[in-house]
Amino acid sequence: MDQLETIIKPRSKTTIDFKEVWAYRELFFFFTWRDIKVRYKQSVLGAGWAIIQPFATMVVFTLFFNKVAGIKSGAVPYAIFSYTGLLFWNYFSSALNQVSNSLVGNQGVITKIYFPRIIIPISATLLGLVDFFFAAIVFAVLTIYYHITPGLEGLLLVLPMLLLSLITALGVGTFFASLNVKYRDVRAIIPFIIQLGLFLTPVIYPVSSIPHKYQWILSLNPLSSVINTMRAGLLHQGSVNWADLGISVISATVFLAIGIWYFKRTERQFADII
Amino acid sequence: MKPVIEIKGISKKYDISHLRKTNYRTVREDLSALLRRPTSLVSGKVRKKEEFWALRDVSFDVNQGDIVGIIGRNGSGKSTLLKILSRIVDPTRGEAILHGKTASLLEVGTGFHAELTGRENVYFNGSILGMKRSEINAKFNDIVEFAGVEKFLDTPVKFYSSGMYVRLAFAVAAHLDPEILIVDEVLAVGDAEFQKKSLGKMSSVARDGRTVLFVSHSMPTVQKLCNKGVHLVDGQVAKIGTMKQAVDSYINSHLKTRPLFDLPLPPRPKELAGYATSVAIFDSQNHPASSIVFGQDFTIKIAFKINRPLENFVIAAGFKNSMDVAVRTIWSKGRPIQPGSYTAGFRFNDVMLETGLYNIELGLSEKEMPFDNSEGQAFFNIEPSATHDPRILKLSGSGIVLNTEDVMIERS
Repeated sequence: MDQLETIIKPRSKTTIDFKEVWAYRELFFFFTWRDIKVRYKQSVLGAGWAIIQPFATMVVFTLFFNKVAGIKSGAVPYAIFSYTGLLFWNYFSSALNQVSNSLVGNQGVITKIYFPRIIIPISATLLGLVDFFFAAIVFAVLTIYYHITPGLEGLLLVLPMLLLSLITALGVGTFFASLNVKYRDVRAIIPFIIQLGLFLTPVIYPVSSIPHKYQWILSLNPLSSVINTMRAGLLHQGSVNWADLGISVISATVFLAIGIWYFKRTERQFADII
Repeated sequence: MKPVIEIKGISKKYDISHLRKTNYRTVREDLSALLRRPTSLVSGKVRKKEEFWALRDVSFDVNQGDIVGIIGRNGSGKSTLLKILSRIVDPTRGEAILHGKTASLLEVGTGFHAELTGRENVYFNGSILGMKRSEINAKFNDIVEFAGVEKFLDTPVKFYSSGMYVRLAFAVAAHLDPEILIVDEVLAVGDAEFQKKSLGKMSSVARDGRTVLFVSHSMPTVQKLCNKGVHLVDGQVAKIGTMKQAVDSYINSHLKTRPLFDLPLPPRPKELAGYATSVAIFDSQNHPASSIVFGQDFTIKIAFKINRPLENFVIAAGFKNSMDVAVRTIWSKGRPIQPGSYTAGFRFNDVMLETGLYNIELGLSEKEMPFDNSEGQAFFNIEPSATHDPRILKLSGSGIVLNTEDVMIERS
């Protein structure tokens, strides 16, 4: 007989059992795969939304914030300036939304089958990457249209910046997802936080419109650095501010640590409460 | 031999707050409670939390190849025990050790998504149940054949009939290859034929030397399927032994019989055409009785209320034995009835029932449409007579109805 042994006892651990998560990696991919399938089956336009939504937002932003309100974006055309911000902000906000609702959304599975629960929020961060990919194609087209050649530094930083957005969404989202299990009105708070976050992140405005000595405070919001870095690297707007980026990496790590800590603390109650 | 499953002192505590229908809270509620707290501290009122021990110090071992039936009334902790062994909820105290690959089936079709096709759901569900992708690939054709849905593999399951859906879901589960299988009453789904197929699959699993833990309400099923039994009462083990011993323990503790049973009021009684309020049992001398002597006549009286005039009212009463087999049902003749309170007496003077516990069922209907019924709320016992009836050799075990009839014996 296979000497696999399972010991069931009251859980006290507050760390993630990475070995176990690795053993369940196939389930992890199946979760992501299912969510992607369902996501694109349920919409008529499929991937079309991923292109239309940021593009239309960009057009509206350009009309109102740039033309009407007069927000300036320096030497870079406002359209591609705001699109760069939207590209990452949209990924972040949709991932945050997905992660926050992931545990409650999968309650049917959580109450019937055992697997490391952390798979669910992590897998939820990946769904938005498909949309990001399609939206990035539009970005590429815009660079051609505006005759901008993205810098090599910027291109190399795209994946790290995406990862930084993912980690932030995972950290903040996991915290809310766990809270959501206990308090169902959290679901209503998330859209509000996302809306507020859009204005606390330099998506619409350049970071230079804030007094220089306060700019580092903005870096506590990792998305702020993500967008600044990408504007510097891809659109040649200033140069990458490594110090601010460092602050953001630390801050994202802290968010992730808090999120995971709270998740592990409440994990054992999930099946009891849901 | 070393047991495959060792359960050592498992306990599970739940906190239940008063007057709360759902477990989850809202931030708003807790914040306002916090604001009120200073005053509630002064007045000495603290929000009460009630503890509920769903399981208390449960210990037993299971050997390889055993099929263990876990029985008990609702709320006795059966499901909690299965959830703990399936690792869905954590025990509060104690531990359990499972030696071998374990699969648990607390539901058929966990994770099935209506938008996904049959094929896609087989993969996702299989993966959730712990199968490797290569394993699903290898068994895919068998699964589809078992379910009989070949033609609809690429159709989203939202277009499946409920029968097809359940068959496909069960087919995936049936092709798991665990050493230990933990099963809740998932067999209670589907039509009779499908249930038979599922039961067949379960017993074949056990013949392969695998170990099965099975929770069920159905005494006939557990007796057919299981060789070991555990009877839980209020979260504690009342009996461990053969399935027969556990079932006997269950029946004996199930309910104390008494002469009068008040029935629970149905929800929104005013909206019903009528409802039964109590069941009483009377012996042959018309005295209230909880136990009837073998062979004696008895009467079941049902008190009921009628709320509006009915044209073709029928009341029925019957009983099931401890194996859940319906033994007898009597219907009144259809008649018009006016609002008011009534009593119906059902006299049983022509059956000789084997000794044991019986469960009274009743139903009220208008124009063949039932509007109230009750089962498992009232019981009576048939006890052996003090004086031996020379015509009856055995009072139990040779049939439910033991009437003596004229038997023609002719010399040939």
